[in-house]
Amino acid sequence: MALLEVKNLQARVEEKDILRGLNLTVNPGEVHAIMGPNGSGKSTLSYVLAGKSDYEVTGGSATLEGEDLLELEPDERAARGLFLAFQYPIEIPGVASMTFLRTAVNAVRKKRGDEELSTPDFLRLVREKAKELNIDQNMLKRPVNVGFSGGEKKRNEILQMAMLEPKMCVLDETDSGLDIDALKIVADGVNRLRAKNRGFLVITHYQRLLDHIVPDVVHVMAKGKIVRTGGPELAHELEAKGYAAYDNAA
Amino acid sequence: MNAEVKMMRTAAEAAYADALTALPAPEAIRSLREKALRLFAEKGLPHRRVEEWKYTDLRALIREMPPLAKGADGAAIAEAKKNSVLTNIGAREITFVNGAFVAELSNLKGLEKGLSITTLADALAKDASLVTLLAKINPNKYDAVFALNTAALNEGILIEVAPGAQITQPIHVRHIVTGTSPVSVFGRAVVKVGAKAQATLVQSHVGPDTVAYQTNTVLQLSVADDAELDVVRVQAEGDKAIHLSMMIGAIGNESRFRSFALTTGGAASRHTVPFAYAGRNARATIAGATLLRGKQHADTTLEIDHAMPGGESRELYKTVLDDEANGVFQGLIIVRPDAQKTDGRMMSAALLLGDNAEMDNKPELEIFADDVQCAHGATTGALDDDLLFYLRARGIPKKEAESLLIQSFFGEAVETIENAKIRDAVMNLAGGWLAARS
Amino acid sequence: MPAVQETVDRVKSIDVDQYKYGFETKIESDRAPKGLDESTVRFISAKKGEPEWMLEWRLEAFRRWKTMSEPNWARVKVNPIDYQDLYYYSAPKTTAGPKSLAEVDPELLKTYAKLGISLHEQEILAGVDPAGRTKVAVDAVFDSVSVVTTFQEELKKAGVIFGSISEAIKNHPELVKKYLGSVVPVTDNFFATLNSAVFSDGSFVYIPKGVRCPMELSTYFRINERNTGQFERTLIIADEGAYVSYLEGCTAPMRDENQLHAAVVELVALEGAEIKYSTVQNWYPGDAQGKGGIYNFVTKRGDCRGNNSKISWTQVETGSAITWKYPSCILRGDNSQGEFYSIAISNGHQQVDSGTKMIHLGKNTSSRIISKGIAAGVSQNTYRGLVSAHRKATNARNFTNCDSLLIGDKCGAHTTPYIEAKNSSAVFEHEATTSKISEDMLFYCRSRGLSGEEAVALVVNGFVKDVLQHLPMEFAVEAQKLIAISLEGSVG
Repeated sequence: MALLEVKNLQARVEEKDILRGLNLTVNPGEVHAIMGPNGSGKSTLSYVLAGKSDYEVTGGSATLEGEDLLELEPDERAARGLFLAFQYPIEIPGVASMTFLRTAVNAVRKKRGDEELSTPDFLRLVREKAKELNIDQNMLKRPVNVGFSGGEKKRNEILQMAMLEPKMCVLDETDSGLDIDALKIVADGVNRLRAKNRGFLVITHYQRLLDHIVPDVVHVMAKGKIVRTGGPELAHELEAKGYAAYDNAA
Repeated sequence: MNAEVKMMRTAAEAAYADALTALPAPEAIRSLREKALRLFAEKGLPHRRVEEWKYTDLRALIREMPPLAKGADGAAIAEAKKNSVLTNIGAREITFVNGAFVAELSNLKGLEKGLSITTLADALAKDASLVTLLAKINPNKYDAVFALNTAALNEGILIEVAPGAQITQPIHVRHIVTGTSPVSVFGRAVVKVGAKAQATLVQSHVGPDTVAYQTNTVLQLSVADDAELDVVRVQAEGDKAIHLSMMIGAIGNESRFRSFALTTGGAASRHTVPFAYAGRNARATIAGATLLRGKQHADTTLEIDHAMPGGESRELYKTVLDDEANGVFQGLIIVRPDAQKTDGRMMSAALLLGDNAEMDNKPELEIFADDVQCAHGATTGALDDDLLFYLRARGIPKKEAESLLIQSFFGEAVETIENAKIRDAVMNLAGGWLAARS
Repeated sequence: MPAVQETVDRVKSIDVDQYKYGFETKIESDRAPKGLDESTVRFISAKKGEPEWMLEWRLEAFRRWKTMSEPNWARVKVNPIDYQDLYYYSAPKTTAGPKSLAEVDPELLKTYAKLGISLHEQEILAGVDPAGRTKVAVDAVFDSVSVVTTFQEELKKAGVIFGSISEAIKNHPELVKKYLGSVVPVTDNFFATLNSAVFSDGSFVYIPKGVRCPMELSTYFRINERNTGQFERTLIIADEGAYVSYLEGCTAPMRDENQLHAAVVELVALEGAEIKYSTVQNWYPGDAQGKGGIYNFVTKRGDCRGNNSKISWTQVETGSAITWKYPSCILRGDNSQGEFYSIAISNGHQQVDSGTKMIHLGKNTSSRIISKGIAAGVSQNTYRGLVSAHRKATNARNFTNCDSLLIGDKCGAHTTPYIEAKNSSAVFEHEATTSKISEDMLFYCRSRGLSGEEAVALVVNGFVKDVLQHLPMEFAVEAQKLIAISLEGSVG
């Protein structure tokens, strides 16, 4: 069975149609990339999949392992294994990153019917994963994303991904605002999480991220639809030719 | 504990009631006057136990009422001619001397297309329904200044800008008091800006030093949908004067409003601004600079009422207090339940130069809608010693260094004036105040 | 359903009937007849075996009170209170006082347990050796009379006097005469004057010169008797160079009728002394329709009487139908410091009008105000504060930060500060913001698996963190739970 199955998805924001019949299938173990010009609806797709409230689904369906995602609350989607790495991670003043992580991990475990992690187990796990991502322990004592650099924010997203053990990961422009070193660290973190039962949807404007996270399938999105699908070579073609050809597509 | 016990009428309250009752009233406004007088008789002058007047106790300030001014004779007009406040801004001037309209000092010729300027008396004669506009007395929100002003309605001006008209020449309404004996002066100006129209209004208040006269003026503004209005006000009354004033505003959908008030005059003054967002997505800036010395007292009270969604308000007041002066700033932002997406920001900053200067700040937020961004700030402090030292270390003499810092302090508020000529003229007036610092 | 909309709906469906601490303890009590006149005052004074001077003090207050009327300037709507329809005195029957914990009514001990008095404190009450832990002395005020006081011995060794004010009137009349009413005068305000006439009991603390109180002092208040107004009176004196941290927490059982609570707390800090006073207030807020709930009209004031003294108030206000309370500091001594840290949460039909007054009188005094208001349901939440520097209070400093958070569109959050600087050397900074709880933050939390309720609790706890960290450890944990509980009732 497909991991993520999106059929004829249509959605609107503030009365404006953004997704206009999008189809997408991600199988376990696959990494898909979605590329497209600004305004093509890439971020909208990620928010609709994660369940942001001001995005209204007007048609179509999205399922995770056959279960209807669109009927679920955002936290239920997270518990089922959907993870969105935000393009702009939100700052939460006053809440330590560590507290946030533990609350999230245990909330998700509880919903999955697993036992909550004991404090020592949790700390061990965080330390291990943080080390892999080159995250300083001190950063975890600071409030969630507050005063973090662009790179720190994105690494924090990947840390959350690693801790929550999702099945389907959606990375929304994870490369934006990153220099090449930070990009490598983030990409390494993602690559480490690649597994045969896990799927990835990497949304990006530029091809450079895909040099580091090599996709199995590349889609081109324009005007709210997938307009072309191909292999990794498609990304290079786009890098060379730009999106001009797709501005009037669809 | 504020038991509403009505005290005995004070001498001033009795004098007001008598003088205004005796004033001849045109038919059109007779019942309005009676209503205002009844209200005044009932509530009287506000005192410190009335919350909105906590810091400006009119009952204590106004012990007696000087006789009503008798208009402008030749000598008064001659004296008024010497007045030069904001005369170099290229404005069309409309002049009131001792409360009376003086045609000789007013320019009603060659009005731009869409601009109409009429004395209130003429306007009422033409259209009696104007009374309802003049009579916006709300007994639940009693304001003594408005009640007295309404009871004294006699002279005034109506300025109307037709829909779509762009009036580029500023209109300057001047209120001048003359003479050597104390008088009571009232004035009313009504400005209506039609949809998509644009205008600039200047209002100035001046009078002689050493004379304990009293003035009470009300400016009523309405700005229709998509219209734009700028208002600049200069209060430079004589040093013994008591100045009471209001600017009552209502702005429509998508409108734009800017106002600035320079306050340097009077022994005691109070400027009240009830300002209503009557339409959606309206934007307003309400700014001011107050420069006081000696034992001057000046109170600015704003009530910014966001009744409609999407409004944006910016209030910025700078107060500089030398000697034993007392500055008061009360600023209330109300966001009513329907006024979602309101963005309101208010700042009142005071610079205390005199050891015994006093600043009373009361910024308030009253929020009944949730999707809002509102903030206020208030600061009080002396000149920054480090900055002063830095300037002096660069060879700038102390007084000059102080002037520079003070000027940059209030300059931020003056900068909100769009019209460059007016902005320069106001900056000059403020500079004059600085130069006179001992 | 959109995440925030759901939160709002859940807040709307607040079920405060689930009030965790709503239960009654059946203990026989001994009380004065309903109503208030001079004879009631005499009855209370006689019941407590007070000396003549105390009775006179009460009677004078009562006579003044009759000439006063209720204050009406706060932004709260109060149903008329019939002062003749209340009981003014109620005491457990065993007024002789237990000689040991074994003599304490088991019902009472059960009450402590249900109240959620920490295990730690229960151990103390049960006589378990609290080895290796911070010590907390509990003077439990059950209804109106202190029935249990622990750790008297250890405190006595340090010279600390900690007990009920009734005992202090008998045993330390010179201290009571000197300080009672010296911070909150008998005629201060309607409710303080009423309290002065009829106060039933409360805590008394005296820390002698140079003594750092060896443990945190703690009192739990609890209204238990139906229709009994609670008139606590607390007096804390820190003599020169002394230090004390005092914790006050309250819960109350469910009621239909409104109950009046008009306490007075007076703090006196002499030269170089420091008093830290922390409160967690969780009285019954009323039911979902706004019926019942405590009227909490409290006068709390601290006097930094000596130079270099410091008074710090920290409060977590989550309960009561109406809260009217302004813990204040009179900064009389030179270089004295005042602090006010406050979290006020209102939900359902609650009304809060709370804040502080910082009165700068001495030279080089400083004060700091951090207030966090959270309004949900159809509640109204007002911060009201005064900062003033008098002519001679040179170099006064104040920093104020008031933030309000709105959850749902039926509530109101208001900010009314009065800032009065009467000399040029004062430096005052005030900032205030009001905004709604961020949808982005809630969505971010939920996309990481937190339920709507958990997300709100997390974000709100972050919002109030600056204040929470000023609470003593034991209290901070309790307060955090309380915040979650207050919003838990609200978020389904």
